[in-house]
Amino acid sequence: MTETTPTTREPDPLEFDQPRVSIRKPEHRFDTQGEAPDAVRVERAMNSFVRDFGRTAAIYMESCIHCGMCAEACHFYEVTQDPQYTPIWKLEPFKQAYKREYGPFAFVYRALNLKPKVTVDELQQWQHLIYDSCTVCGRCSLMCPMGIDIASLVSQARHGMFKAGLVPHELAAVTERARREGSPLGATPKVFADRCEWLADEHEVEITIDKPRADVLCAMSSIEIMKYPESIVATARIMRHIGADWTFRLDGYEATNFGLLTGDAATQKELTLKIIHAAVACGARVVVLPECGHAYTALRWMGANMYGKPLPFKVMHIAEFLAEQVHAGKLRLRKVNRTATFHDPCQLVRRGGAIEAPREVLQALGVELREMYPTKGANWCCGGGGGVVAIHRADELRHKVFRIKMEQIEETGAELPVTSCANCRQTFDDGQAHFKWDKTMHSLLELVADNLVEDEQ
Amino acid sequence: MSLLDFARGPALQWSIVIFVVGVLWRLLGVLLLRTRKDHSAPRKEAAWKGLRLIALRSWPRKEFLGGTAFGEVMGYAFHIGFLLALFFFVPHVLFFADIARGLLGTDLHGLTGLNWPTLPNGVVTLLSAISIAALVAVLIHRIVSPVKRLISNFDDYFSWLVTIAPLATGMAAFAHLGGWPYEQLLAVHLLSAELLLAWFPFGKLMHAFTIFAARGSTGMLFERKGASL
Repeated sequence: MTETTPTTREPDPLEFDQPRVSIRKPEHRFDTQGEAPDAVRVERAMNSFVRDFGRTAAIYMESCIHCGMCAEACHFYEVTQDPQYTPIWKLEPFKQAYKREYGPFAFVYRALNLKPKVTVDELQQWQHLIYDSCTVCGRCSLMCPMGIDIASLVSQARHGMFKAGLVPHELAAVTERARREGSPLGATPKVFADRCEWLADEHEVEITIDKPRADVLCAMSSIEIMKYPESIVATARIMRHIGADWTFRLDGYEATNFGLLTGDAATQKELTLKIIHAAVACGARVVVLPECGHAYTALRWMGANMYGKPLPFKVMHIAEFLAEQVHAGKLRLRKVNRTATFHDPCQLVRRGGAIEAPREVLQALGVELREMYPTKGANWCCGGGGGVVAIHRADELRHKVFRIKMEQIEETGAELPVTSCANCRQTFDDGQAHFKWDKTMHSLLELVADNLVEDEQ
Repeated sequence: MSLLDFARGPALQWSIVIFVVGVLWRLLGVLLLRTRKDHSAPRKEAAWKGLRLIALRSWPRKEFLGGTAFGEVMGYAFHIGFLLALFFFVPHVLFFADIARGLLGTDLHGLTGLNWPTLPNGVVTLLSAISIAALVAVLIHRIVSPVKRLISNFDDYFSWLVTIAPLATGMAAFAHLGGWPYEQLLAVHLLSAELLLAWFPFGKLMHAFTIFAARGSTGMLFERKGASL
């Protein structure tokens, strides 16, 4: 057993003076939470894993033929050629548990002890595979010849790991902070309100907060609030430009959801419901999500299921919202006469389905789009998704993975790398600093805000 | 009771019973599980169109082809060889017709007036040889590839064995190998096929059925979101 988090401990200090925001590198890692005995941890992990099982996940568990092709799709395997990073291997203890405890022949496996019980030591070893070296990017799910959505199984395994108190230190710390303060990176309602006030003065733009009724409710990610506050300004400028009836609300402004990344389903639900209740309270017709991939998954695809019924409003990623405004002729943009390439955020594009919207916005900006290879659904992940960018011990591996992105972008010869996810963006910032690379990732949202035609008038 | 009588009688009956009951048990065991209703607003209403993934995933996207081509080609080689030999070899067709007459009182010809097509013996021999060669290749790959070696378990090796055994014993019987009595060769061939049937529900051979459910489920879930297939 590694050290367990003491029950009374000061929250980990956050670190904002680095290219990526996380907690400061812990002197002592606590990658085990709570006081439960080993056997109880294992039982909780496995119970949670198999209890979540529905038909689809069970079909997946029955279908793997151990062909190993998923390895070819995984960026962590691609750069290391280390077989432990084979995506389906990341689920091995959980596959064992499924066969032993839940599958149609579980009674045979148990009676003949064909699959041994999983141990805490195994689960602790697997923490590195389930968290540090999986961004839940789902590229493997696109490769699997059986059609198994491996990424969804990793998310399910994370639920088990959380229940067992076996979450990496950083993710446990920021999720705990999110639960206590409403934001994983200290973007509390007061901090957010103060930032908006300061930004409104600094940039001479009206930032609407807590309007009682509004058509459009906007939300931001904590990375933007704390690291890229220009995104808040950009959002406000664009909303004013198109004449939207919009607002931020202090009871639901934070779209980051570390509950989803950690596997803490209760916190995920709590954070999601804040935005849903805020939107309902102001009668919003549309909730516009920030440049954040997993925030999109959390509300667009999982929100209604947390709510228990269809949402009474539409959920859009800011890139989709911008594309809609382009089509409606409301967004008048100055042409950017430069070459650009688009990095596809996995949760937005490959797994979220908003494949063309960001490209339509780039087209409206008049850039010459030079696609990477591979691109769109098959594009490589930046390496920082799924909470990986926050985990200090994963830095070395993540930097190796980042080389793929640098090569992809260099090959396009494009001047402007653009994306629409603040987490990808900070992963690029960190990679840029590490490799002293001369390319800086740009935000699609900020690129649009910087080129609104009215700004020239 | 001779070995051939045993292979044609109780062994055949029991292996079919184990196969049918086992396959149904395993399939229904997962297909009857609950699913939660998805309340999210679909991007595409016609999620069923995602069922095209069942066909689409039969060949990798071009981005993935480089690293997987060997597995794909060898996989197709042994599957196609095995299935053609199984269903279009004259003695097999006669054997199945015999079983059909035993169970239904008639065969395909009696039911429809159509004859089941067959392949010349030489072609079946060639197909079996290709299939065996491809199976040997995938076994070697499983052992030498660090990825496949790590993720492999008993099921992978045993399923390989029960798959290659009917091919090998079938060719041996056809060639009257080693001067053994034909009846014994035939009995061993039948028993090896029955071992495959009896093992089928318990291991990875079940992918012959689950592949449709897995690809279909993912296809529909992803199509609903407009996600990449």
